Amino acid sequence: MDTNTVENGLALARAHILAPAGLTESDLERVFSQLLAPGVDAADLYFQLTRHEGWVLEDGIVKEGSRSLDQGVGVRAISGEQTGFAYSDEIILPALLEASGAAKAIARSGQSRRVQAWRQGSGLQLYRPLNPLESLSDEDKIALLKRVDAEARRLDPRVEQVIVSLAAVHDVMVVANSDGRIAGDVRPLVRLNVSVIASANGRRENGSSGGGGRFGYEYFLEGDRWRTYAHEAVRQALLNLEAVEAPAGTMPVVLGPGWPGVLLHEAVGHGLEGDFNRKGTSAFTGRIGERVASPLCTIVDDGTLDRRRGSLNVDDEGTPTQCTVLIEKGVLKGYMQDTLNARLMGMAPTGNGRRESYAHLPMPRMTNTYMLAGPHDPQEIIRSVKRGLYAVNFGGGQVDITSGKFVFSASEAYLIEDGKVTRPVKGATLIGSGPEVLTRVSMVGNDLQLDAGVGTCGKDGQSVPVGVGQPTLKIDAMTVGGTQA
Amino acid sequence: MAQAHNGNERAGLPPQAELEALVALALEEAKRLGASSAEAGASVDVGLSVNVRKGEVDTLQHQRDRSLGVTVYFGQRKGSASSSDFRRESVLETVRAACSIARHTSEDPAQGLADAELMAKDVPDLDLFHPWALSAEEAIAIARECEAAALGADPRIVNSDGADVSTHIGLRVYGNSHGFLGGYRASRHSLSCMVVGRDGGEMQRDYWYTVGRAPELLESAASVGRKAAERTLRRLNPRRLSTRKVPVLYAPEVARGLLGHFIAAISGGALYRKASFLVDSLGQRIFPDFVHIEEQPHIKRGLGSAPFDGEGVATRPRTLVEDGVLQGYVLSSYSARKLGMQTTGNAGGVHNLIIRPGALDFAGLLKEMGTGLVVTELMGQGVNGVTGDYSRGASGFWVENGELAYPVQEITVASNLKQMFAGLRAVGSDVDERGNIRTGSLLLDGMTVAGE
Repeated sequence: MDTNTVENGLALARAHILAPAGLTESDLERVFSQLLAPGVDAADLYFQLTRHEGWVLEDGIVKEGSRSLDQGVGVRAISGEQTGFAYSDEIILPALLEASGAAKAIARSGQSRRVQAWRQGSGLQLYRPLNPLESLSDEDKIALLKRVDAEARRLDPRVEQVIVSLAAVHDVMVVANSDGRIAGDVRPLVRLNVSVIASANGRRENGSSGGGGRFGYEYFLEGDRWRTYAHEAVRQALLNLEAVEAPAGTMPVVLGPGWPGVLLHEAVGHGLEGDFNRKGTSAFTGRIGERVASPLCTIVDDGTLDRRRGSLNVDDEGTPTQCTVLIEKGVLKGYMQDTLNARLMGMAPTGNGRRESYAHLPMPRMTNTYMLAGPHDPQEIIRSVKRGLYAVNFGGGQVDITSGKFVFSASEAYLIEDGKVTRPVKGATLIGSGPEVLTRVSMVGNDLQLDAGVGTCGKDGQSVPVGVGQPTLKIDAMTVGGTQA
Repeated sequence: MAQAHNGNERAGLPPQAELEALVALALEEAKRLGASSAEAGASVDVGLSVNVRKGEVDTLQHQRDRSLGVTVYFGQRKGSASSSDFRRESVLETVRAACSIARHTSEDPAQGLADAELMAKDVPDLDLFHPWALSAEEAIAIARECEAAALGADPRIVNSDGADVSTHIGLRVYGNSHGFLGGYRASRHSLSCMVVGRDGGEMQRDYWYTVGRAPELLESAASVGRKAAERTLRRLNPRRLSTRKVPVLYAPEVARGLLGHFIAAISGGALYRKASFLVDSLGQRIFPDFVHIEEQPHIKRGLGSAPFDGEGVATRPRTLVEDGVLQGYVLSSYSARKLGMQTTGNAGGVHNLIIRPGALDFAGLLKEMGTGLVVTELMGQGVNGVTGDYSRGASGFWVENGELAYPVQEITVASNLKQMFAGLRAVGSDVDERGNIRTGSLLLDGMTVAGE
């Protein structure tokens, strides 16, 4: 991926945020000169303007629509390992100075500093700086919702309930730091989701599907993509009507490609975030260079993928994103870092400093986390299992960083019996140990897929959009939490 | 930390009249733009939080959040908008945005404000506002004391995720075109600590916290630290279990979640969509006959207390489950109309849900169970609200002869919520009051435990 200047994104971001507030570079210098009190090693200002809209169709009618506007500036001062933080939802000089006064109180004593000459940070151009709220007329948004609804209902009379939601975010940010670097980005994000309930013979089950990314709403119209979401949601709901009780116990598990990559996000991703490793609270602490996965496994976190939901031109500290190798052929290679934890660990930032908004502190977060393709034919992988579980769709997951134990919940899974995929089973939680589970990967498919653009990751109460992906994987032994012992 | 800022310097809440004027302005503008009815809510929240790790300040954060939300109705078409900007021009812009949305939504007969006669006639003082005059230095000192108590408890406590102290105050005002305009202030303070232990094998962490409307309701810093350490130590060197079917005792801190699933299943939104395993269950026996569950919105200083709900409807105490039989749903005006019923004053959720405690404390319940599993932590979201199917990651303790035998982890517990509720054997007297749902431990009949 080429590294270009983000002058366009930055210029636009400045025009959206700083210009209307009447804030000039000399105003920023004034704020920094107050912020850089004796003992403050580094500081940054994060300006943000976010427009959001959401539409919901239910019972065949568009019931709800909402728009929101949120803007503000977050002020952070760092002194050694200590961080002071304050923010204001008014982007005006007096509010900035007041927040700076609060944030810098973290510092003890030391040398006074001045901000260096301003320079523009470099960044990527992975998506266009468009406003997705304006990418379709309101009439066309409504029409899209109705088409998805009609399609889902047309597919099968057992479909009883259809809910379709459409949402877009126009997120504009400018970050200026005490090294004199200014970076900005305009981040479009859209999402379409359909969820259905089907019923038959007194049973009721749901299914859902969707997608999105950093583009306008027209993405959903291209090649009738919306239609595939409707089909997928209905297919899942109908399949669940046939599902039998899930097995309970430890058995071979084959994970399908794409979204089941949530395994990697939970099992190793969080444990490789710099903050937990700097503090020594991760089960992966101090293990760089050690074998933590089978040699078939190479896992990366890549913020540079074109238009993906988890991608960013620059992270929320102004560092360009990159493709960071986390595990290479089974050996732990590196952590995901923001600037604070990178500095404290003597490592380089990796473009993973992210925050939910101006009102939250940045920390190391994932972008798009996936495993590279391997040598095996997916069919061959399934044939190799005598009795086990084939799980192709998942809900969320969770991890205990310190013990390394993690879960993720299958929402579409089948039994494998004598090398064949047989009956669908009900949803069940899978549980394992992050540092162990990937050592049990014995086959990796040649069918790498990324998810459809629906992931949201939560950490310390902050949500950010992320992506995951993987090829078909075989794990020789994993615990499946069904009810059939 | 001689220069540390007093957290309250930026911390003033505006006078209630100021937010009332904003809400009135929004309602007026909605009317001027032709809305047949409208509602608006405004809130300001201010807080200070510190995290101290290994004796040093890790983060010191000042919070100040504002929000204005407006919903307009043109007949039975609805539009909503919100903003964090309280300037007059932005308020008017927010109302215009809501109106432009309403041009595109559909007529929906269930849409609209709650009925005028249900509006709260007065706003009772529930004693929810007890600001804590806590400077940053004082907050840091409390966090230090808390963490030190945990770190000093035992040499096997080897690391720390730190201790957090936070104090928040807020003001919210709601008004609608029935003429209702009300507001109240509330505070919330908390102290928590998480530490890491190791005894040869892998690391384990656990935590403890205390929360309350008034600072004097909080557990002492030293006690929170010691409990965090005790809870961590007792988890060291866990085993796994083989797959089996056993009784399960949910400790109060996780039992709360089970009642949360019950509330979700009897909530209007899930019911009218038929997206609940408790559809049409009014008057049905959901729990064994000793179970009694009520909602008490007016508990003084209660964490879930509220004088009116998100639509201005007066909240009132009521019984949700009597002798195990479901007596009422959890409804807003919208879901009530969809179901042909009347709102229960639960727009925004329940207010202090209480399951009547039984006679046995935690130790008594262990004896009652004899052999089985105690769950103290759950992982993941493996709960299907449509079917009630339940499968979650768990850790806790194996129990033999009525006593904790050893810690267990990396297992799952699975069943169906309907069966779990029907199979409830006892409610403990060990009530955890740290939340909107108050329950003791819950002892359930056989669940499937999956492990090795």
